[in-house]
Amino acid sequence: MTKAKSGQVALNAPYLLWAVAFIVVPLIFVAYYAFTTADGGFTFQNIITFFTHKQYMTVFWRSMLYALWATLICLLIAYPFAYCMSKVNMSSQRMLMLLVMLPMLMNLIVRTYSWQQILERNGLINKLLESIGLEPVQFLGNAGVIIFGMVYNYLPFMILPIYSSISKVDKSLLEASNDLGCNAFGTVRRVILPMSLPGILSGITMVFVPCVSTFYISRQFSDGNIKMIGDVIEDKFYRSSVPDYNIGATISLVLMLIILISLAVVNKFSDGDDESGGGVVI
Amino acid sequence: MKKLICVIIAVLLISGLFVLSFLGESNTEVDVVDEKYYENDFKGIELNVFNWGEYISDGSEGTLDVIAAFEKKTGIKVNYTTYESNEAMYAKIKSGSVSYDIIIPSDYMIARMRTEGLLKEIDYSKIPNYQFIDDRYMDAYFDPENKYTVPYSVGMVGLIYNKTMVEEEPDSWGAMWDERYKGNILTFNNSRDAFAIAQFYLGLDVNSTNKADWDKAAAKLKEQNPLLQGRVMDEVFNKMEAGNAALAPYYAGDYLTMADVNPDLGFVYPKEGTNIFVDSMCIPSNSKNYEAALMFINFMLEPEVGLANAEYICYATPNTEVIDHPDYSLAGNEILYPENQDEIKTEYYHDLDDETRKYFEKLWEEVIIN
Repeated sequence: MTKAKSGQVALNAPYLLWAVAFIVVPLIFVAYYAFTTADGGFTFQNIITFFTHKQYMTVFWRSMLYALWATLICLLIAYPFAYCMSKVNMSSQRMLMLLVMLPMLMNLIVRTYSWQQILERNGLINKLLESIGLEPVQFLGNAGVIIFGMVYNYLPFMILPIYSSISKVDKSLLEASNDLGCNAFGTVRRVILPMSLPGILSGITMVFVPCVSTFYISRQFSDGNIKMIGDVIEDKFYRSSVPDYNIGATISLVLMLIILISLAVVNKFSDGDDESGGGVVI
Repeated sequence: MKKLICVIIAVLLISGLFVLSFLGESNTEVDVVDEKYYENDFKGIELNVFNWGEYISDGSEGTLDVIAAFEKKTGIKVNYTTYESNEAMYAKIKSGSVSYDIIIPSDYMIARMRTEGLLKEIDYSKIPNYQFIDDRYMDAYFDPENKYTVPYSVGMVGLIYNKTMVEEEPDSWGAMWDERYKGNILTFNNSRDAFAIAQFYLGLDVNSTNKADWDKAAAKLKEQNPLLQGRVMDEVFNKMEAGNAALAPYYAGDYLTMADVNPDLGFVYPKEGTNIFVDSMCIPSNSKNYEAALMFINFMLEPEVGLANAEYICYATPNTEVIDHPDYSLAGNEILYPENQDEIKTEYYHDLDDETRKYFEKLWEEVIIN
């Protein structure tokens, strides 16, 4: 018995070590910097500074708002898409799946950069508009285009979990719903939607979390004009001539808390739905 | 059968790529002033070189691959890494987590690192090619006794404009506040450089430690906000080359690169004055391979190596052997080596004290986050 146990510990050790070295220790560093001054003394001042600083608060609420919009739009596009995807024949499903996944095989930075070139003042779309005699449009540099960038980049993270939970719904339940006199809309609303809830929730987390911490997309799509919380963190560590690790770490810590809270909220909602198997993937 | 054809095509494609990569192999042969100098017993040691991105001839398009040529000549292995700003480099050196043997900071950063004891004195007797450095770049304020630095490259900031998008050729920084170019103006995404433009325009000292001066400059920058298309650094190449913006301040050498692609671009040193910088090779105090680092610096000053670098970077060079080299295509270029150089008002950045830096970074945050 004890032998088996010690064997188990030995087997787990490398993973535990990995987790400590690359997850726990960095987190401790973040927390350390967030709660110390530049000279190393303990303080809450950084947290207070963050929440009372006009610019940081602007950026904070902006990030939340953009991320919520992006998540909502992703959901509205992804659900019907995933539903239709689960209804077509198997080979089409595989094809659609491939199409959804394909852009994800390319690096996010490359994709964002290409879109920036397409949307530029003299980019592909404006060239097309001009060739048919229309005025060029200034696409870049507003909130809409940044949200578009997030939706474009993170849509697959919404489609995949929803698709997987919809396709798990037992066909006989749908037949039963039909037999008992429910029309197609009623079936979706009363049977499919509740049963695909875990997929929706995990999709929401998987989109909201990367959106709220976005930084590269906002910089490229607004030419550095619209800052999000991730941009400010980058500035603090990297671009400023007086790098401020303490405030940088504080903002990172707040961001992590937001992510943890949103995970907790979603987990709470998905409780009791364990049998259907979806759950939060992250 | 179909599968077989696929396999054959794949193999052909891959082998084709191999052949291409060999065809594109760069030049690693270089003639040096004194072949004997490079005889050494450093074989097998590793030299850590930390340089700006795109700041050395790297062998692309048949140019000289400086690093590979150095490795071949000396047997020293070079770990070459790059940085994007003086501040990023400084943060890395300061943290002490890595030891570098060569860095190439700009003037004001050299001044800071020197006073903080982060640089080693250089033994010039071991760098015979140091004699090629133009006297103009000696005794600079950041190294008054010529102890820590070997100038590598010189640049000035100017205003780049797209001739098809401006109504008259600008001669003043005032163009960056011109309502007519609303939405077509780019500026630096870097506090010091962006502030400097406002300071030159307002006739303020770029090295001022007076807070009121910085307040005035910040107010001027806020005025500019609604006119800006954006704040960019290296993205400026694509923007200006594709004609996506009318005005952008950037470095003279980089203008030459952009103008190669887009001949509509023009360049001017604004009359109010502009920033000049000298990037110099230095040895950090925690370098572990001092002697090999000196050898590397000497190699960088070889006329042929200096020529390759000057052609690649397109900035002005402080190496007289390169300027007089018959193969130097940029010799006498009116942007890099203007005839009226002494009439152009130029200012070096000085290293500002902590308090001033913190103050203007705070102002900068107010300017950029809105």
